[in-house]
Amino acid sequence: MLEMIVASSIKVIIVMLAVLTGCAYATYMERKVVAFMQHRIGPSYAGPYGLLQPIADAIKMAFKEDVVPDKVERITYALAPIASFVPSLLVFAVVPFSADFTLVGRQVTGVISDLNIGILFVFAITSLGVYGIVLAGWSSGSKYSLMGGIRSSAQMISYEISYGLSIVGVILIANTLSLRQLVEQQDTILHWYIWKQPLGFLLYLTCAIAETNRLPFDLPEAESELVGGYHTEYSSFRFAMFFIGEYANMIAVSCVGTTLFFGGWQGPFLPAGLSVIWFVIKVFCFMFFYIWLRATFPRFRYDQLMNFGWKVLFPLAVVNLLVTGLIVLW
Amino acid sequence: MIGNLAYDMSEYLAILIFAAAGTGIVLITFGINWMVRPHHPYPAKNVNYECAEEPVGNSWFKFNNRFYIFGLIFVVFDVEAVFLFPWAVAFGQLGLYALIEMIIFILILMFGLYYAWKKGVLKWV
Repeated sequence: MLEMIVASSIKVIIVMLAVLTGCAYATYMERKVVAFMQHRIGPSYAGPYGLLQPIADAIKMAFKEDVVPDKVERITYALAPIASFVPSLLVFAVVPFSADFTLVGRQVTGVISDLNIGILFVFAITSLGVYGIVLAGWSSGSKYSLMGGIRSSAQMISYEISYGLSIVGVILIANTLSLRQLVEQQDTILHWYIWKQPLGFLLYLTCAIAETNRLPFDLPEAESELVGGYHTEYSSFRFAMFFIGEYANMIAVSCVGTTLFFGGWQGPFLPAGLSVIWFVIKVFCFMFFYIWLRATFPRFRYDQLMNFGWKVLFPLAVVNLLVTGLIVLW
Repeated sequence: MIGNLAYDMSEYLAILIFAAAGTGIVLITFGINWMVRPHHPYPAKNVNYECAEEPVGNSWFKFNNRFYIFGLIFVVFDVEAVFLFPWAVAFGQLGLYALIEMIIFILILMFGLYYAWKKGVLKWV
């Protein structure tokens, strides 16, 4: 038992550091990639190629004054950034990062917690993220924040249904909810679930982008109409919490997508101990796609967003589900 | 049976450790931030942002009640999703009978969606 706690703690620390570094450098990657797509250079002063920029940003954020307006609801205002940040991290507790391997004579599993209801846990935790945003919007006492918070909640619950249904197809084929078993079933590139569930994957991708409030679905913080949306009244590290949370969500969604549709850590050439490299490469491609979308698409209008969610994505998800069921039975 | 239970609990313990570490990170960063940040409030600074004007009226304004209707529809279909997950896991053993049952279940709900659609609830004005 004690050994298990120590082993889990070590894995937790490694994963936590990796995720936070990943979030920091996701911001760098975003700025750099968008800059190149727009024929700019992007951050280039801090360190070689601007590589120290995220660290400079973090230090700057820590030294900023924390302005708390008079009209806020103090308790919920303080809790909202935490409620938005911690759930986005928790998803990483069940994602399988690498194959099981032996390290100095001990068997190490490539996942912090191999829940037999892994996917359900992921979706439960992802839906908790909406609380942070709604609380922030409501407790800020600002019109922009309230508008952003309400929009965000409506958007997230509208896309959450299709988000959940889009992966039921995979479960129908796999007959398991454990993320680890899902990865083990996709042992070669031909067994990746994207080939069996192409529509399911597209639905997952679209809904995931909407769930993480990214362009073209970033209406909760549409700068041109809502200033900063739900985090208008937040400054200093409280704002940074929302920011890191958003990037952690993006990475989490990419990790889950990789696990469900692209075989997770499965890949040729590498031994079990290094299989995490395949996982990182796949997640990196996902993140690049996210940023590419941001550089390419204009923002949706709100009515278009809701129509798309309810009249296109939801019926498609149901059709995908029924067709998959019929094919599996065949 | 007891063995299974112990197994499950230890997996959840790992998640608990993870959650504790996550909360710890938040507390540490807030602590550092609290120690180094300046603090110079004055009345004009602590006014809510409204394009540099004095805020007009109450911040908790009346908003479109369609948000509420979407909330209602969401509850119906999210409960549907809850029933779909266990069905999908056990589908391998259940077979045709379960599929037909689920088709009927989904058709009833899709009729609900169709009704809402025709009624104009889904239209955003």
